[in-house]
Amino acid sequence: MELAWYWTAAVAFLIINFLLVSASVLVYAERKVSGYIQARPGPNRVGPFGFLQPFADVLKLVLKENIVPLTANPFIHSLAPTLMVIIAMGAGGLIPFARGVVIADMEVSALVLLALTSISVYGVTLAGWSSNSKYSLLGGLRSSAQMISYELSMGMAVLSVVLLTGSLNLVEMVEAQQVGWGFFGWNIFRNPIGAVLFIVTAFAETNRTPFDLPEAEQELVGGYHTEYSGMKFGMFFLAEYVNFFVASFFIVTLFFGGYLLPFEPLIISAFPGLADSILLTVLQILTLVVKAGFFAFVFIWVRWTLPRFKYQQLMTLGWKYLLPISIVNAMVIAIVLAVLNAF
Amino acid sequence: MLSDFLPLLLMLLIATGLAMTLLKAAELLGPRRPNRIKQKAYESGMDPIGTARERYSVKFYLVAMIFIVFDVEVVFLYPWAASFDEFMAAGQALPVLGIVFFFIAILAIGLLYDIKKGGLEFD
Repeated sequence: MELAWYWTAAVAFLIINFLLVSASVLVYAERKVSGYIQARPGPNRVGPFGFLQPFADVLKLVLKENIVPLTANPFIHSLAPTLMVIIAMGAGGLIPFARGVVIADMEVSALVLLALTSISVYGVTLAGWSSNSKYSLLGGLRSSAQMISYELSMGMAVLSVVLLTGSLNLVEMVEAQQVGWGFFGWNIFRNPIGAVLFIVTAFAETNRTPFDLPEAEQELVGGYHTEYSGMKFGMFFLAEYVNFFVASFFIVTLFFGGYLLPFEPLIISAFPGLADSILLTVLQILTLVVKAGFFAFVFIWVRWTLPRFKYQQLMTLGWKYLLPISIVNAMVIAIVLAVLNAF
Repeated sequence: MLSDFLPLLLMLLIATGLAMTLLKAAELLGPRRPNRIKQKAYESGMDPIGTARERYSVKFYLVAMIFIVFDVEVVFLYPWAASFDEFMAAGQALPVLGIVFFFIAILAIGLLYDIKKGGLEFD
């Protein structure tokens, strides 16, 4: 479907606004869920049930003074949070929201996804280095080492999906999961180890607990954003929440059928008018958001359940367990495919 | 098709606009009362000792170097993975698998060597 560029721009603008709103909803959800997990009410003063808390937070952050240390490099100091926001939002353009509803649909969108996630390493490293503070530098170094270590396993996990699909296009990856009448074609059933690997590495790539070493308060104060205040800190915060929401979208896209409705062929044969209708598109978007919302909840749930790893545990897990497992997983899938093809 | 990338560029441009707006809004709305104490780097409330641009553990360089090797490996594997079904259709699955296994084995030996030498021990 060819659209004029201004329509694409309008949809892109919509998606960015959707991500902004969902980030504030997630901040609220995180604080509320953590409240209930710790048997306390969570935010409940600003607006009904504390719904307006994230907006109050944003207002507060915008009105705060932006403090830049005298010894810092001011240009890179502002560049780092900008880069984080751009990358977090830009990855949203690759999500297939429904059949035919995707901003950037290119042959190699899975590769572009990996490329974008690796650029966010620069944001963290530059933030740590430009602040010229010891805590920031250590936090940035740790964080970049962690992110590049887990990127390899993530790449291999995506590779196993590419093997199953025979394509680097995210839309084709979703469509290839439509096998039979139910939801057993979803890649989680064909490639469960890859799914677990991808979810674990997604946690590490978005710096969420139990992989939030860069922000280990007890050792590193605030990690790479120690020297950030006001809206620049807010931008890191925004990027973190957008990142893990986008990561849950990609978990769903690659392993949980993306926008496919469970029992979609069955539903369509029951209601033949539904096929190719606008209602189906809406239903697909809703399905995707519900699935992604579930994984966003898992991200929050895990954060308030598991303690943080020690640094050597993190590196051991990444290099000595996840990387070999992910390589073997991809090879086993290749062998199984070849054997199935031969008979 | 290179033009397929234009929508992504558009998305990134809009995101850049958003980031710039946030920076500018904070600059316009926030107070500006800098002083020397406020602008010191944070070091647990003490005066910072020296600069942070000092030498740090060589382990991070080692990790970065191994990362590059394996990242390039993954990049080389992608074209194979994307076209593996075509190889299978042509009946070439076994030779192709053999080559890929040989390629991975070389790198696996490298990883094993690195682990044995303690290049990935962070204590």
